[in-house]
Amino acid sequence: MDQFFQIQDIGAIAPELEMAIFGMILLVADLLIEQKRKLGWIALVGIGCSASFLVLQRLRDVDVSAYGGMLVVDPFSAFFKFIFLLGAALSIAISLKYLDIERENHGEYYALILFATMGMMFMASAVDLVTLYIGLETMAIATYVLVGFLRNNQRSNEASIKYFLLGAFSSGILLYGMSLLYGISGSTKFVEIAEALSRRPLTDPISLMAMITLLAGMFFKIAAVPFHQWTPDAYEGAPTSITAYMSVAVKAASFAMMVRVFMVAIYPLRPEWVPIMSVVCVLTMTLGNIAAITQSNIKRLLAYSSISHAGYILLGLIAGNETGLVAIPMYLLIYTFTNIGVWAVVVALRRKDVIGEHVDDMSGLFFKHPVSAILMLIFLLSLAGIPPTAGFIAKYFLFAAAIETGHNVLAVIAVLNAAISIYFYFRIVVAMFMREATEKTGLVYSPGVLTALGVAILFTIFIGIYPDPLITMARQAVVMAF
Amino acid sequence: MLELALFYIFGTIAVVSAILVITQHNVVHSAIFLAGTLLSVAGIFLALNAEFLAGVQVIVYVGGILVLFVFVIMLIAVERSTFERQFNRQWKIALITSAILIGELVYVVYQGRDTFVLAEPAVPLVQGAAGNSQQVGMGLYTTYLLPFEIASILLLVAIVGAVVLAKKKTQTE
Repeated sequence: MDQFFQIQDIGAIAPELEMAIFGMILLVADLLIEQKRKLGWIALVGIGCSASFLVLQRLRDVDVSAYGGMLVVDPFSAFFKFIFLLGAALSIAISLKYLDIERENHGEYYALILFATMGMMFMASAVDLVTLYIGLETMAIATYVLVGFLRNNQRSNEASIKYFLLGAFSSGILLYGMSLLYGISGSTKFVEIAEALSRRPLTDPISLMAMITLLAGMFFKIAAVPFHQWTPDAYEGAPTSITAYMSVAVKAASFAMMVRVFMVAIYPLRPEWVPIMSVVCVLTMTLGNIAAITQSNIKRLLAYSSISHAGYILLGLIAGNETGLVAIPMYLLIYTFTNIGVWAVVVALRRKDVIGEHVDDMSGLFFKHPVSAILMLIFLLSLAGIPPTAGFIAKYFLFAAAIETGHNVLAVIAVLNAAISIYFYFRIVVAMFMREATEKTGLVYSPGVLTALGVAILFTIFIGIYPDPLITMARQAVVMAF
Repeated sequence: MLELALFYIFGTIAVVSAILVITQHNVVHSAIFLAGTLLSVAGIFLALNAEFLAGVQVIVYVGGILVLFVFVIMLIAVERSTFERQFNRQWKIALITSAILIGELVYVVYQGRDTFVLAEPAVPLVQGAAGNSQQVGMGLYTTYLLPFEIASILLLVAIVGAVVLAKKKTQTE
């Protein structure tokens, strides 16, 4: 522990190192390779390497804290890193053709995704405020750029600048909270912060201020109401593949960070943050779902739906028991599969001269392309949480956790919200199955999109029918960490 | 006592010039007041015995970033931008919300003034070091080695990102 660096520590950060190396390889390869789509394949190889290192770490049961307690390698972080890698890989798969259509296929795109994913992986492993924050910023800055990647598209530019300004502001608030925590504990390590906080009275104004500023910063990152305003704009303006990436990986990383900080560092203040979080949770679920009803742009609709999903996931933290904590990584993994599936279909709608973002663009999809309509139906059912899809299992665990810990009112509101969400998900379904096609051009399915769809549908149904392996894995991840 | 006096002097200069930065119409004036803010923050660092940080503040922020600002201002037409309408129509709401926020912060800090005793920082890494540059250096390369290394990737991302967003269309597009 006292050693700042040992040679084994390299092994502890091998998956992250792999991402950084491949990111740099991509930057150089961009100059040499003319056909940019090949760079996407290099990026996928990098993600594969990183994933294999991750598996290797798990197989050898490396449970270490490295770099003098700056980060830990445990099943919890491994589970989240797996989600990030999966989200990154699937997003790259759906980008390959899409970027050609948008005429913005550059090598930096893939490099930035890898760097952002590296930042997320450090966020999931960090047990120290400094490491956490640097990882967070690496992810955030790369994402700001990716959102504005369609340089000739005004909406993309606008989305990027909005996201950047608000993101920088929220990072400032988050840092203020972190500096207060350092001020009262004299340490940046989560465990020592928790110790210092538990020595102070519960209603100590300074610790409360630190907690509230931290909460505000993190609510921004997960797009919880009332810090959600950037989400619809950023999600709408960003390239669709990046919207997919943000809605799964960035969200998962923010939750990984939130679970670590709230269940370890400021756990002593739990009686104080649970009520705040409960209010935010109700607001997020309700406002996200109600605002989604009125949207006619699919990307905005899904943005509001993703806001409401963040609200459901907060239930897990509010419950804070084993079921709740198990539910968080599980929900995020299932959400990754389901959401990438939905976005893959939206990406396929984008073809030359057709933007394909309006709900009307979905009309008659069933008659034009029955398979994708049926796939979309299954994904939407999963998002709404209807059995036998995976989304049901995810929601079941969260709601069960809320009831187990006596948050019955919250559970009822959550179920009501799930019912509201069925309405707007089915608006898309109605358009697909019951309306005439207005647009005759077929969809563009590239091999990448097809692969992503295949993986997504396979796991959405498989987990829905046979969730045991996933539950065991998630339970193992959480029990050992907390 | 002297420390406290210095803090109030530098603090006042910093806040007043920060307000002037955002209220001036002429960008050159804003830039000059920004220099005032940054320099007085460096003064606060100095009063807190953080010489290294004060030096970095002057060299990087005033010497580097601010000079870049001035270069950019030189390249754009300042005269015209002075007369253009600036879109800050929501300044009243912003003023009210920030006043509320400041009120809250002041109240909370005032309430917690007895318990807000800063914890002792960890043991100095280098005993009897000449200045705190050595302390900072030791900190960066021992305790905070990992974040220090990740920061290099962070900077790379920022550079690549800036180039991506700023570069002109290439021929192939």
